[in-house]
Amino acid sequence: MSSTTAPLETRTYHLPEEPHLHEGHSTMLGFWMYLMSDCLIFAILFATYAVLGGNFAGGPGPKDLFDLNLIALNTAMLLFSSITYGFAMLAMEKNRVSATQGWLFVTLLFGGAFLCIELYEFAHLIHEGAGPWRSAFLSAFFTLVGTHGLHVTFGSIWLVTLMVQVAKKGLIPANKRRLMCLSLFWHFLDVIWIGVFTFVYLMGVLR
Amino acid sequence: MTTAQMIFGRLTWDSFPWHEPIVVATFCAVVLGGAALVAALTYFKLWGYLWKEWFTSVDHKKIGIMYMVLGLIMFLRGFADAVMMRLQQAMAFNGSEGYLNAHHYDQIFTAHGVIMIFFVAMPFITGLMNYIVPLQIGARDVSFPFLNNFSFWMTTGGAVLVMCSLFLGEFAQTGWLAYPPLSGIDYSPATGVDYYIWALQVAGVGTTLSGINLIATIVKMRAPGMSLMKMPVFTWTSLCANVLIVASFPILTATLVLLSLDRYAGTNFFTNDFGGNPMMYVNLIWIWGHPEVYILILPLFGVFSEVTSTFSGKRLFGYTSMVYATCTIMVLSYLVWLHHFFTMGSGASVNSFFGITTMIISIPTGAKLFNWLFTMYRGRVRFELPMMWTVAFMLTFTVGGMTGVLLAVPPADFVLHNSLFLIAHFHNVIIGGVLFGLFAAINYWWPKAFGFKLNQFWGHVSFWCWNIGFWLAFTPLYIMGLMGVTRRMRVFDDPSLQIWFVIAAIGAAIVAAGIGAMLVQFAVSIWKRDELKVEGDPWDGRTLEWATSSPPPDYNFAFTPVVYDADSWADMKKNGYQRPLTGYQPIHMPSRTGSGVILAALATLCGFALIWYMWWLAGLSFLGIVGFAIFHSFNYKRDFYIPADVVTRTEEARTRILAAGGPMA
Repeated sequence: MSSTTAPLETRTYHLPEEPHLHEGHSTMLGFWMYLMSDCLIFAILFATYAVLGGNFAGGPGPKDLFDLNLIALNTAMLLFSSITYGFAMLAMEKNRVSATQGWLFVTLLFGGAFLCIELYEFAHLIHEGAGPWRSAFLSAFFTLVGTHGLHVTFGSIWLVTLMVQVAKKGLIPANKRRLMCLSLFWHFLDVIWIGVFTFVYLMGVLR
Repeated sequence: MTTAQMIFGRLTWDSFPWHEPIVVATFCAVVLGGAALVAALTYFKLWGYLWKEWFTSVDHKKIGIMYMVLGLIMFLRGFADAVMMRLQQAMAFNGSEGYLNAHHYDQIFTAHGVIMIFFVAMPFITGLMNYIVPLQIGARDVSFPFLNNFSFWMTTGGAVLVMCSLFLGEFAQTGWLAYPPLSGIDYSPATGVDYYIWALQVAGVGTTLSGINLIATIVKMRAPGMSLMKMPVFTWTSLCANVLIVASFPILTATLVLLSLDRYAGTNFFTNDFGGNPMMYVNLIWIWGHPEVYILILPLFGVFSEVTSTFSGKRLFGYTSMVYATCTIMVLSYLVWLHHFFTMGSGASVNSFFGITTMIISIPTGAKLFNWLFTMYRGRVRFELPMMWTVAFMLTFTVGGMTGVLLAVPPADFVLHNSLFLIAHFHNVIIGGVLFGLFAAINYWWPKAFGFKLNQFWGHVSFWCWNIGFWLAFTPLYIMGLMGVTRRMRVFDDPSLQIWFVIAAIGAAIVAAGIGAMLVQFAVSIWKRDELKVEGDPWDGRTLEWATSSPPPDYNFAFTPVVYDADSWADMKKNGYQRPLTGYQPIHMPSRTGSGVILAALATLCGFALIWYMWWLAGLSFLGIVGFAIFHSFNYKRDFYIPADVVTRTEEARTRILAAGGPMA
């Protein structure tokens, strides 16, 4: 800042006008930091899976349990939901309310499909006697994947809330900011899922 | 399952500790005291005032003070636990069982540790940072004022759960970090560990959010001209402490989630069978736990820097090296966690890595100490109370630091692990560092917060009682630790040890006198506040918080200050800065909200229901949290303007005080 080197006699020690910090000036930074703290939670769950993931306790392992076709379908659902969320953001930039709402709704459908497939997978595993209590491997698996699923669930509730708010107030700056936050959150969950898909499912079947 | 079980879960009449006369007596005292307090508040019609002006306030200054009050109350509880332990250990010799049974004693040492770290030290430093940081950077409030209020109430909710455990059910008997398999459902089936888990989870949400809030505040809301290397040192150390909070508390959250899954859902993370691994928990909890101790000490390093420079009448020696030392400590604090359990058996290479990183931390810390000493060198040192506490810290903390380096040597640690030597070491650094720093900070900033200084005489009494009491209480522990006496013992066989425990108990009694003197100091100062009255800058301070009135107005600064120097207020004074007397403008401020109180109350209720297996209540309160959070998000009006004429009136009142030759310009 040039003023920091101003000669002593010209220094003014206060701003005569009230500076206008625009509303929500720290929100994106704050939300980003929250995401990073959430990322750390996932880091711990991944680390736990890495340490305990081989402890089958005489029970089934990844090869016996994972159906890669189902997981591929599930992954596609989540990745599509990220693309459609991106389309919603593009529409938001052009201030097109109904297009934004439409893409948000499509995102919600894909998110819902992902959750249904995941619940089906979990129910199937438990039915086969491979519940989270069977071995440390399964405890770590269910917790890591389940925590991701819980995040998607809360993201969906949030999505519905935002759709109602956009319907009520339109694309005002506050709502745009909220949509941006959820966008970060949604894509973040996608990135986490890539990790889950690679380290848990693909490498699990290879191992 | 009976209807009662459906409604109350495992809460029955037997959950009340009728059979423990000590607890029953405490309970009666708390009920009587609480009833008297409620009656007084009602009689003087203070509820509305408290609700409007304090509980729902989003003003960082009021939230800061509420944190300090919470810390003080919990400090008295935690210290009562300490005295009970000292008494038990001084008595339980020659066949005597002392006066505490094992069940009660084990809860006391657990509660003491948990309370002192989570509900004393954390609220104290969070309160301090909340109050001072926005003032030091010339801001009007924090980045997220509502979150700030919510964080405070979540911390309080955690404290409420810990206090509940005293009279309803029991607290954990596992030690303050609740290592499994002892903390697993097989060995701790009762409510103790569940109280521990949910108290920490509820409070932990508050801590993480307040960490994010303060980082955003420091990054985004500094006054114009305040580049990073012109930030006051306390703001720097707060920034580093908050980065540590955000980068470590999620680890605690995740670890406790895994432990609760083991306890509630029957998973096998930390069990002895089905592939579980208890040492995984120990690693995870210390990956949080070691940064945690630096979260506690770093802000106080900032306090000592401010105090030393102010009371030496000089710029801080080595500002840049101080900043880099702080950042180095911040990073290194993540690379040492394994020194808490060298005895795990991870092998020579791993142990030496963690031993060496631990020893390296003493280098930046040593640099800091020399900086403080060089600041004092050739300064006009004024030995006011904050400076006395700072000197006491330098002497005490250095000894604690040296015993720490000793423990960092793995072979030595194999001998001293789990001994009273360790207990003496960490009390040496936490009391000598964190507590003495807090006392320095309280004496230093009290006049800023309330507009009058603290009484000197009682401050001196407290100072000497604390210093003498501390060394009497902990030197015997060092000596016994070297002789091999282990921690957490309830009774002893060797009668020759008793004298040491008696000396330690006498030390604790002197510390108690020091705490008493401090409470008297507060009371006397409030009583005689007119004699102790000060204006904005009673200590000839050097940073921005001293540029405004004491106590500061709601908006902190009538005009946003512009900064040219790290010691910006000293720079302003030196260059003959004149306070502007006209041209006030309306000021944009956040408005108060009760949402934080309601959300935190629901979260606490949810935690309570989970502890007692009242599933319906847990589900309802959880839905309540989600529903209310959504409801709150529909409120778009969260701010208001303080009209220019209100600002004018406030500032003109101050002008009159200053013109009348007020207590101090």
